[in-house]
Amino acid sequence: MSRTIRAAFAALAVLGLGACTTASEAPTGSSSSPSGAETASTSTTLTVVTHDAFALPDDLKQKFAKETGLEVTYVAPGDTGALVNQLVLTKDSPLGDVVYGIDNTFASRASTEGVLEDYTSPALPAGSHQFAAPQLTPVDYGDVCINADKRWFEAKKLPVPSTLDDLTDARYKDLLVVTNPASSAPGLAFMLATIGAKGEDGYLDYWHKLMDNGVKITSGWTEAYNTDFSGAEGKGPRPLVLSYSTSPAFTVQGDSSTTEALLGTCFRSVEYAGVLKGSKNEVGARKFIDFMLSPEVQASIPSNMYMYPVVAGTPLPADWARFAPLSSNPIDVSADQIGANRDKWIRDWTEAIG
Amino acid sequence: MTQVRWRLGWILATLVALGFLGAFFAWPAATLILRGFHSDSGWTLAGFSEVFSSARTWRAVGFTLASASVSTVLCLALGIPGAYLLYKVSFRGRSALRAAIGVPFVLPTVVVGVAFGALLREDGLLGWTRLAGTPAAIIAAMVFFNVSVVVRTVGAMWSRIDSRLSEASAALGTPPRTTLRRVTLPTLAPAIVSAASLVFLFSASSYGIVMVLGQGRYQSIETEIWFLTTQLLDLRGAAALSITQLIIVTLALWLSSSMQARTTRALKLQPPAGSDTRLVLSRDWVAVLVTAACTALLIITPLGNLVWRSLHRGGTMTLENYMQLGSQVTMGTTIWSAVQTSVVTAVAATAIAVSMGLLVALLASRRPASPAGRRGLATLEALFLLPLGVSAVTVGFGYLITLNRPPLDLRSSVFLIPIAQAVVALPLVVRILLPVLRAIDPRQLEAAGTLGAEPLEVLLRIELPHLRRAMGLAVGFAFATSLGEFGATSFLARPDRPTLPVLIFRLFGRPGADTYGMALAASVLLAGLAGVVMAIAERVRPEEVSTW
Repeated sequence: MSRTIRAAFAALAVLGLGACTTASEAPTGSSSSPSGAETASTSTTLTVVTHDAFALPDDLKQKFAKETGLEVTYVAPGDTGALVNQLVLTKDSPLGDVVYGIDNTFASRASTEGVLEDYTSPALPAGSHQFAAPQLTPVDYGDVCINADKRWFEAKKLPVPSTLDDLTDARYKDLLVVTNPASSAPGLAFMLATIGAKGEDGYLDYWHKLMDNGVKITSGWTEAYNTDFSGAEGKGPRPLVLSYSTSPAFTVQGDSSTTEALLGTCFRSVEYAGVLKGSKNEVGARKFIDFMLSPEVQASIPSNMYMYPVVAGTPLPADWARFAPLSSNPIDVSADQIGANRDKWIRDWTEAIG
Repeated sequence: MTQVRWRLGWILATLVALGFLGAFFAWPAATLILRGFHSDSGWTLAGFSEVFSSARTWRAVGFTLASASVSTVLCLALGIPGAYLLYKVSFRGRSALRAAIGVPFVLPTVVVGVAFGALLREDGLLGWTRLAGTPAAIIAAMVFFNVSVVVRTVGAMWSRIDSRLSEASAALGTPPRTTLRRVTLPTLAPAIVSAASLVFLFSASSYGIVMVLGQGRYQSIETEIWFLTTQLLDLRGAAALSITQLIIVTLALWLSSSMQARTTRALKLQPPAGSDTRLVLSRDWVAVLVTAACTALLIITPLGNLVWRSLHRGGTMTLENYMQLGSQVTMGTTIWSAVQTSVVTAVAATAIAVSMGLLVALLASRRPASPAGRRGLATLEALFLLPLGVSAVTVGFGYLITLNRPPLDLRSSVFLIPIAQAVVALPLVVRILLPVLRAIDPRQLEAAGTLGAEPLEVLLRIELPHLRRAMGLAVGFAFATSLGEFGATSFLARPDRPTLPVLIFRLFGRPGADTYGMALAASVLLAGLAGVVMAIAERVRPEEVSTW
């Protein structure tokens, strides 16, 4: 019996070595033709890589497939941060042809790491160029803001807070729940808002004040909004929550919403699409990006992805104008600044607060 | 001639099993970890000094070891009385209870977060305990998930040990507690050690529980790897932590296998039927009390809370959440298509995990005469338990950079999801089957051989029949693991064909009373599905075995 085992292990060792050599030889063996700037690659299949909040109605997906004759596969490997990091990791052998769902907190990493081809869709109207980013085409945008449960404040006869500083006021002690910037995309956006408002040197002090005032930090949006927020169906105990400026459109009862977004606390988030470098179907990838800017897709974005369409003049759901206004002065941090400091800021935050 | 053919057969089996593990676990994980040791200027160990000079790392290592150890001890303390009650004592409602304690095992973390979160928040039913966001909440959830592993693994063994020994002890006037301590528990030791090592590894590698219930205040090695890899793409730091994780897992496995080797004795396994005793409160009150308290507090309360919430919309009791879930297209799919995707994926994953697991268990249970052969088999067994202790994100990101070219160009293939789930379930299957095979009295096998039985006959007529019951359990656990698996699945997910946990995750991620209500209803549906699967697996009874 022992000889059997030894023989088995010897055989395995040989097999293992064999596997190693084939693995390391494989990439040099297969040479893909580099696509020049003029000759865009094309194919009958297209793989679309998206973040995990991507939602496009089936009929629109079918329409795109039918019009282009492409066999389209959608993959959604994580939130925007995980998505961009996977694209960077797989630079040599891209996950797909086109990406949708990179936002302005991670856009700079995607372009500086060289995972994208230069392409900005000609379908982007001139009025929407304010959102432009290198190598990417903006598709939609929205604001990440603190939301308040209006009824709770009415019942307590307390004015609804309106600024970041109000949130550290002792009158609002133990009322706020936000999400962790290290594990949640809105959490990262809110941390950037505090950096935009308080500066790189002041934001951690601000967070210490929030902590002293009893802020609760959950790992993700679901826990904060559904479990701890008093204005949502989960009927939690806290009347202030980090969410989106569009969320009040989903708590409408009769002709008013029971919640509102505090428009002085917002960070603007813009979501982009781009052609992946090394795509085997650049032509199809470009068509997909153009398609994302088509009137039908743009019109479907509010009710499917809860963001504002980037093409101005796209009709919005009736409730949105009344209950989901955008902030007129979102807190700004430039994409370059975010790109240069994002990881440091997150690490500093986790060391100091989380 | 047959001898040679059998040896070749075993070698082939080893190669198949190792090939599977190598391609879908070791190669992807090792490739990603190795990237962390490679910089532009060549090989580097800089990651280690960076990571280990940070106080955060040491906190994470400490927290991982402490929380997993406490969780293991609690699971044993609560699970062993439960195993006795649910597998040795007969009473009404026993099978329902057995199925119920298995339900938490399949629930995705997002559901556990909602179920526990609503109980523990300031105004929740258990809010007065002030446990929200504390290590106690994290450990409670770890026990909620894992106590059924102890109950089932130990229970399956308990129902089959020869009760004459403990009866003899009792007849000689030994007090029951002494009999338990000196006769029964030592006999059960291999199963207890096996369950303990599973619980420890599950607890040490749980990501979601620590994130969601710790509210980001506590870090484990697993959450740090997740953070460094997915959010910062700091592969150097992640690799150093992955190696640390591997060292801990290896030590844990080494400890458990040496303890098992010391405690395993050939038991006279009995067919389980007929060895049950009736419930006698004066004797069984400890087991009843522990199991009732554990079930009520840790299982019924969170699950009941989930069901209760799913039956409400806007403060009134209603079935609307279920009606809407059943009738409406949501997130580009219907609940029925998600259930179908989940079940089909789970069937495929179970088939892979159980066939591979059976192969590995049969291999590892051979009894070679030479110490080298025994060491080889122990190594083989340990290798197949490694996936339990290695981060899902390491394997998932590893897939992205390894399974990207022919012949294994699987990254966007639908087949990768069941394969990934099978890798997760495989260690569990091995751990369920192996103690039973090891406990077969070698004299029985030798006698068969002496009487001229071919090895195949021994396998088919002695070893496999012993496995019937454990196979039911293995299938149940593999299926349940796959049904509830979210970590690896979420990396590989196809948005147009989500599994049930992925759909639940997406529904919970949207504002609005209707999506929240549907998410709750879908969670209850998943829990119910898991309960049914567990109940069926429990019912697989080895009729044939009871005839001899």
